[in-house]
Amino acid sequence: MADILQINKVSKNYSRYVALNDVSINVPEKSIFGLLGPNGAGKTSLIRIINQITGPDIGEVLYKGEKLGTKHIEQIGYLPEERGLYKKMSVVDQVLYLAQLKGLSKAEARKRMLYWFEKFEMQDWWKKKIEELSKGMQQKVQFIVTIIHNPELIILDEPFSGFDPINTQLIKDEILDLKKNGATVIFSTHNMGSVEELCDSIALINKSQKILDGTVKNIRNTFRSNTFKVSFKGSIIGFTNALWTGAEILIKQTEEDIHTLTIKLLNNYTSNQLLESVLSNHQIISLNEIIPSMNDIFILKVNQGNESKVLQNNETK
Amino acid sequence: MKKIRLIIGREIKSKLRNKTFLIMTVLAPLLITGFLAFIIQLSQSDNTNQLVMVIDDSKLFKDKLKGNDYISLSYSNLKLEDAVEQFTDKGYSCLLWISPNIIQGGAGATKLYFRKTPGFAFQTFIKDQMEKIIYENKLKSNNIDPNIISNSKQVVKLILEKVNDKGKPEEQSSFETFGFLTGALMFTFILMYGMMVFRSVMEEKTNRIVEVIISSVKPFQLMLGKILGVAILGLIQFVIMGIITFSLTTVLSTIFLKDISGQLKAFKQQQELVKLQGSNANFSQLEKFDDKLEVFELLEKINKINFFEVFICFILYFLGGYLFYSSIMAAIGSAVDSESDSQQFITPVTLPLMIGYLISMKTILDPDSSLVFWASVIPFTSPIVMMSRITNGVPLWELIFSLASLFASFFVTTWLAAKIYRTGILMYGKKTTWKEIAKWLFYK
Repeated sequence: MADILQINKVSKNYSRYVALNDVSINVPEKSIFGLLGPNGAGKTSLIRIINQITGPDIGEVLYKGEKLGTKHIEQIGYLPEERGLYKKMSVVDQVLYLAQLKGLSKAEARKRMLYWFEKFEMQDWWKKKIEELSKGMQQKVQFIVTIIHNPELIILDEPFSGFDPINTQLIKDEILDLKKNGATVIFSTHNMGSVEELCDSIALINKSQKILDGTVKNIRNTFRSNTFKVSFKGSIIGFTNALWTGAEILIKQTEEDIHTLTIKLLNNYTSNQLLESVLSNHQIISLNEIIPSMNDIFILKVNQGNESKVLQNNETK
Repeated sequence: MKKIRLIIGREIKSKLRNKTFLIMTVLAPLLITGFLAFIIQLSQSDNTNQLVMVIDDSKLFKDKLKGNDYISLSYSNLKLEDAVEQFTDKGYSCLLWISPNIIQGGAGATKLYFRKTPGFAFQTFIKDQMEKIIYENKLKSNNIDPNIISNSKQVVKLILEKVNDKGKPEEQSSFETFGFLTGALMFTFILMYGMMVFRSVMEEKTNRIVEVIISSVKPFQLMLGKILGVAILGLIQFVIMGIITFSLTTVLSTIFLKDISGQLKAFKQQQELVKLQGSNANFSQLEKFDDKLEVFELLEKINKINFFEVFICFILYFLGGYLFYSSIMAAIGSAVDSESDSQQFITPVTLPLMIGYLISMKTILDPDSSLVFWASVIPFTSPIVMMSRITNGVPLWELIFSLASLFASFFVTTWLAAKIYRTGILMYGKKTTWKEIAKWLFYK
């Protein structure tokens, strides 16, 4: 699949503070891309560069192979983390104004606005001022404003904050729909559950550097550690004896007559071999491989980064 | 360009919907004309009829203290105690009692009894006459003829005549008070609309809408659109206020100043006659107008003002001064997070405006000083100071020079402001300092 966005060796400094350091990321077209990282890692700086709010000091950004420029602004929709609308302006005026700023004609903007208002069941409150709306309603307006000009690339910074579970689901469905209709979504979040649920691929940024990227599937696979969770009935001593040197037991749990072990297989010992050796004397209830969640990977990688920094610092001392 | 138009449109619309803005637009001219009318009303004589009973125990004033069209006096021989009880029943509005020893002075030598408070003009009328009578009385008792005194008095009137280098008279109206007024108006308007830009920028920043907008337009476009939007709004407001003020003052002046302009006409006719007849003329006709001379002079000055020139200059200097200051205001507005932080930045910016205002006061005293000249050319103060000079007749080259430097520096301040604005609108949470703002100028 072609890349809609290629970020090549981008660096950005604010006086002495380094926001981005030699970051290269490719965002595949028609996918949902997660831009992850702890607070202050440089995500917002990168997003602002993609939105052309600021420019990179070094490096370049290509949009469909062309250098990113003013004409691409209308192809991009942006939902900033800090939401903001004119408090004293009515919903209708607001949506029309922002849609026209993205290049839509007034008539076209009105048509699409009606479509979205109907879809989100908002017809009753369009004459209202933003300050009269609840937070969830404001978020809906903001979401519509982001996508009303049918952008090819949609950048959502923490899209679910401020939504109740029902509206979160509504927005999730909408994001999947947008993807189905050919849009690319970059989405930056701390909610790792939604990353696993929605994202095709991700990039992880920490301390202004990219430390990990790839498809969610591949990343989770590479972080597999041959760890399994097995539940069975029968003698636990017999079970451990049967494993012999093939596995290391990490956690033991017993509930009534069911034992559950978390084990790490060693020396190319496979799960099939494990089953063969214990099947005759034990009643196996379940065997599952433990695939690390994005949450685990996030914490692992970010902590590794922090430790290596500490080490480096100690060495230089 | 289309996007700047959209931004301008929104800026204007959002303010036009603001009720305080609309109320101000209508109310300000009403207040101004109302104030003028009030002042005119005050200066007009009191027209309430007064019927005054006078008990003159000093016997000095009888037949000398007289009334006028509205005030009639009647002398009575009643005792004071009885008169105080009876004067209202007899149809008098006041009772004036003069003690026998008034000539020696002292408090309580005269008393005015009343039910309804008599007007100030009435009180002055009585008091002035009595003082004059006592004065003449005292002169006489010292064997001095009052006529000698009054004939020795000579009013000196300086006639100002400006001449050019060939010694030919140059037409000029010198009406410093008016110049000061236009200067003050300029100060108010630049500050008012500058603050409007400041608030609008700060509102967008604190609302956080700004990030959405600058992902669609360049920060410079947003800033420019905002500044131009408020400028257009200001001009619209000027026109509305101007029309209301003009029509109100026209109505008011036809009502209040009718007598006066008739008198001015008569005065001028007499003046012409005197000029024609030379020393044979009958000066007494002119002397009739002596107490009106100041008002005539004022009217003459107002008539001499070239309102069209003043209006054009006002618009040009307002635009220049507003654009110059509003871009600075936009830059500061982008730098602050909250209204409470803003004061420390606004004060230094308004300081030059204040100084301009102070210098425009000096224009009244010394219109041709070099301080006034330079202040009317330097863009920080030129809109205000030049407006205060304008009625003194400013050479065209000075006007062009001053306007050119004002508009040129507008481009410089806008360019610098855009650099600050671009960074400032995205800075949150940090306490901004002047040093910080200076750094933003050099960000890429």
